[in-house]
Amino acid sequence: MEITIQKKVLEVNETMADKNRNYFREKGVFVLNMMSSPGSGKTETLCKTLKRIMPETRTGVIVGDICTRNDADRLEATGAAVVQINTDQFGGDCHLAAHLIDKAAREMTLDSLDLLIVENIGNLVCPAEFDIGENVKVVVLSVTEGEDKPLKYPLMFQVADAAILNKIDLLPYLDVDADLAVNNMKTVHPMMPVFKLSAKTEEGFDQWIEWLNGQIQAWKK
Amino acid sequence: MHEMGVAQQMVNIAIASIPSDIVNPKVEKLNLRIGNLAAVVEDSLKFCFEIITKDTSLEGAKLVIEKVPVVVKCKACAHQWEVDGPVFTCPSCRDGAVEILSGRELEISSLELAD
Repeated sequence: MEITIQKKVLEVNETMADKNRNYFREKGVFVLNMMSSPGSGKTETLCKTLKRIMPETRTGVIVGDICTRNDADRLEATGAAVVQINTDQFGGDCHLAAHLIDKAAREMTLDSLDLLIVENIGNLVCPAEFDIGENVKVVVLSVTEGEDKPLKYPLMFQVADAAILNKIDLLPYLDVDADLAVNNMKTVHPMMPVFKLSAKTEEGFDQWIEWLNGQIQAWKK
Repeated sequence: MHEMGVAQQMVNIAIASIPSDIVNPKVEKLNLRIGNLAAVVEDSLKFCFEIITKDTSLEGAKLVIEKVPVVVKCKACAHQWEVDGPVFTCPSCRDGAVEILSGRELEISSLELAD
């Protein structure tokens, strides 16, 4: 006997993500999901971003890691409200799912925030698959990872609304072609804005901040 | 990487869809549709499914996977094509954002019970 099911396996996550989206809209908070591989400089990019947009844009951060609260400590030093999620003490999960965001967001006072940034777990595969109820997804790639990562992990670069090419201050010391890295991103996602910047020197930061503020303003209208 | 979680969700959905008046159901086959862009490794999913279904009505069930090709549509010129590599540039107008029509599926279509 055959029983027809026709159901999405990740339906539970999608339902939870929609619930999060409604909750964030109700609270008037814009949500940015930041993704990348480990070590691409997400936390440093965020620290410098927070330094530029706060206190005008009241910002909170949910940071996901398998282990430690090192990133939370760094981000808290900027004055932002931070909640750390550790998916497991050892091993753990490879992405932040919508129910974890719900739990963490409820530990924050969202009424006093304009922007909630989710620093996802370092991984170019799984976070691309899991909707968390965000408004925009941004992927960070650093020049030291090589030009071809967008072609190797196409889903991540296809679902992202914008990309950052980080650590451009290292280009003089590397055999890496930054334009090729950008072209590869555009091959996977032709219309995606890409910001070449250095979280260390803050070169190229103006355009990124301008884009982010523009996204928040457009959403508020 | 999250195949165990996916396998667990599959088992939950499958068990919930078996009518409660069937005594000692035994699932023989679980039919899935998985898009080529879905971040799921088939062998890994089968391995996790085998482990997680132990002592359930799905123990020993065969996973039948239908792979779904990635088909996209150019938002600028409406051209549709099947993507077989990581290139999403429209071959017709070389421009435009694309809409993914298929290829991200991760769905259970049906299950088959032993008579």
